Amino acid sequence: FPGLADVSIPQDIPVEGEITVPVGSHSPDEDYSTLDEPVKDTIMRDLKAVGKKFVHVMYPRKSSALLRDWDLWGPLVLCVSLALMLQGGSADSKDDGGPQFAEVFVIIWFGAVVITLNSKLLGGTISFFQSLCVLGYCVLPLTVAMLVCRLVLLAGAGTISFIIRLIVVGAMFAWSTLASTAFLADSQPPNRKALVVYPIFLFYFVISWMILTFTPQ
Amino acid sequence: MATADDLKFQEFDDAANLLAANPDATTISIDEPVEIPKNQHSRLQEPGREEDDELLGTDDSDKTELLAGQKKSAPFWTFEYYQTFFDVDTYQVLDRIKGSVFPVPGKNFVRLYIRSNPDLYGPFWICATLVFTIAVSGNLSNFFIHLGKPTYHYVPEFRKVSIASTTIYAYAWLVPLALWGFLMWRNSKVMNIVSYSFLEIVCVYGYSLFIYIPTAILWIIPQKVVRWVLVVFSLCLSGSVLVMTFWPAVRDDNRRIAVATVATILLLHALLAVGCLAYFFDAPELDIPAPIIPAHNGTTVITKS
Repeated sequence: FPGLADVSIPQDIPVEGEITVPVGSHSPDEDYSTLDEPVKDTIMRDLKAVGKKFVHVMYPRKSSALLRDWDLWGPLVLCVSLALMLQGGSADSKDDGGPQFAEVFVIIWFGAVVITLNSKLLGGTISFFQSLCVLGYCVLPLTVAMLVCRLVLLAGAGTISFIIRLIVVGAMFAWSTLASTAFLADSQPPNRKALVVYPIFLFYFVISWMILTFTPQ
Repeated sequence: MATADDLKFQEFDDAANLLAANPDATTISIDEPVEIPKNQHSRLQEPGREEDDELLGTDDSDKTELLAGQKKSAPFWTFEYYQTFFDVDTYQVLDRIKGSVFPVPGKNFVRLYIRSNPDLYGPFWICATLVFTIAVSGNLSNFFIHLGKPTYHYVPEFRKVSIASTTIYAYAWLVPLALWGFLMWRNSKVMNIVSYSFLEIVCVYGYSLFIYIPTAILWIIPQKVVRWVLVVFSLCLSGSVLVMTFWPAVRDDNRRIAVATVATILLLHALLAVGCLAYFFDAPELDIPAPIIPAHNGTTVITKS
């Protein structure tokens, strides 16, 4: 380019400005190092994030907080507590009885992985861990149902208690399925939504069945 | 180039030379699923596509013998390769399910519904649903049969889920593998007009299992007659789909082998139904515990364990 050969910056004009590119999203880790903060702050921050997601599940709105800042702490806590509460059932004979701890774990995590893979294979745009996060957090209503069931079973195991448990588990199952579909439905191609929603329905149905058929010894 | 050359099959580099020689020539790009012949070199219709590929030598380096269509060209270690097996819409899956339940006489399930787009969604999720349906229905049926008996204590029988899943997934994947191997072997001896790819066979078997889902739910009814009528009915429906699919593939063979193949297919299908019925659903009215004898001298009672 011949015209620019004689362009030069005069030496007496100071050149100043910012070299760093401003980062769009604020990330507090770059403002200050989290090494110096008290441990309580670190833990409380994560706990608050988990708690906020619990609230989002209980009152499902179209918010992207669950998707954007995914974490797997909540699903882990829910899965462990559900599996623990499903213990202590009738396990007297060799192969009858409720699911073991490992079986509940495997069903929840393996089921969530399979559903996520299914949704991705069908052309969904959600990321792997985001989907795991949503599916795990939406187990919360069913964990609440399990708690209620155990409390009801403390009072008795007759027909009335069964009807109460049936209603509670049914309502929580519907809540879980609707909550997870509300979060996941947007990322699916429109003519395949039913193909993605059905496995989620099956997944929560199996968990609900395990909760409903829990009989104490 | 001379016009006579245009009618022959030309390699791509010749076409590039053609284009360089005549830049104004219009070019047509033909997509994969179009059925009109690209050239006059004997391009058979879909049924003969596999033999045709071997004749033309257009072996894609990534295409294994398990595949039927040329569109699955992504290498098998990428995610996109597996996405081609899930390239179905909701209405397509529903159509295929409908086609497996209501067999149209004379129409082939594979040609009519699958049409060189076999999917793995249907087989996988129908099997999963069937596993849990059988386990849940079996549990419910046992509960209702034994309800009211004093010695009965309800158990969820969760172990049976793993047994059910092993059986059904083995049936839905190993039997098509064996059948595909057998058909390939016979194909090498007798040139059949119709041949199926492995995935198409898996698809047919997967969708043909759908009828067992409502059947398993209806098996909760604790009547032997009802259950056996259901077995026969569902076997007729899905068995006829299987027979109509596989008969054209074996009928050119030795008569006895063809009949034996179809009979084996039906027998295995029936065995699955009867086996599930026998194992997961207790027989009604037969499971009566031994009567409790009032103990006059303090001996213990013996009940059926």
